[in-house]
Amino acid sequence: MSAGAAADVAGGALLTGAAGWLFVVFAVLALGTAIAVVAAKSPVHSALYLLASFLIVACIFILEEAEFVGAVQILVYAGGIMVLFLFVIMLVHQRTAPGTATFQHQWDVALLFLPIFLIPFLYILGTEKFPDMPRNADAFRTVGTRVVGNTEAVSWALFRDYLLPFEVASVFLLVAMIGAVVLGKRSVEKVD
Amino acid sequence: MTITINHFLIVSFLLFSIGFFGVLVRRNFLTVLMSVELMLNAVNINLIAFSRRLSDLTGQVFSIFVITIAAGEAAIGLALTISLFRQRKTLNVEEADTMKG
Repeated sequence: MSAGAAADVAGGALLTGAAGWLFVVFAVLALGTAIAVVAAKSPVHSALYLLASFLIVACIFILEEAEFVGAVQILVYAGGIMVLFLFVIMLVHQRTAPGTATFQHQWDVALLFLPIFLIPFLYILGTEKFPDMPRNADAFRTVGTRVVGNTEAVSWALFRDYLLPFEVASVFLLVAMIGAVVLGKRSVEKVD
Repeated sequence: MTITINHFLIVSFLLFSIGFFGVLVRRNFLTVLMSVELMLNAVNINLIAFSRRLSDLTGQVFSIFVITIAAGEAAIGLALTISLFRQRKTLNVEEADTMKG
C-alpha cells in the first residue's frame, strides 16, 4: 500500500469529500422525518414518514459500505414491518374526536429530560478522544485473505463466529410468531 | 466535509432522543411503537459507525440481530394493539391502565 493511501484511511475520518456532504444531507433528512413521525396527527402519516426515515437510514448504511445491512434494512423494515403497521392501522378504525390532543399533558416535562441527557453526552464527546487507529479499508469485503463482497463477508461472520446467537434468534422469532398469533386471535366463543 | 465518529454519535443521539420523546408523550399506541422503532434505528447507526471505525464486522452482525429483534417486537406490539382495541375500543395509552385482561 502506498503512503498516500495509508494516510487516507488513517485517523478518525470515516467519510470525506462528497460522501461527507451526502452524509450531512441524509442525516438532516433522517432527523426531519423522525420529527415528523412523532409530530404527525394521523397514524397513517406517521407510518409514511417512518418509511421515509427507514429508507434514509438505509442510505446512510450503504454510504458506510455496509451494503448488506442496508439491504436488510430495506427488506425487513421498509418491506415487512411497515406492511404490518399499515395492516394494523387499517384493522383498527380509530375515530378520534376532533378536540383530542395528540400529545399527553406531560410533554414539557419530557422536553426537560433532553438537557439532562444532552449535557453529559456533549461533555463526554468533548473530553473523550477515541484512539487514533489506522483503518483497514477492505475489512468489510475480505474473508481471510480473499477479497469477496460485503454479503459474503457478513455471512461468514454470521454463520461461523455467531452461529449460536443466530439459532437463538430463530427460536426468538418462533416464540414471537406464536405469541402474536395467540394475542391476535379472537376467542372461539365470541365468533359463534 | 470530513465526517468523524463524533458526527455519527450526534446524529444517533438526536434520533434516539426524538424516539424517546415520542414514547413518552404520544397518546396513540401505534405511534409509540413507531417511536420505539426509531430508537432501535439510532442504535443501528451507532453499531455500523463503530464497526467502520474499528474495521470489524461484528458491529454489522449485531445490527442484523437488532433488526431481527425489532421485527419480533413489532409483531408482538401490533398484536397487543389489536387485542387492546378489541377490549377497549381505543388506542389511547392513558386508558389502558388496568392489569386485569
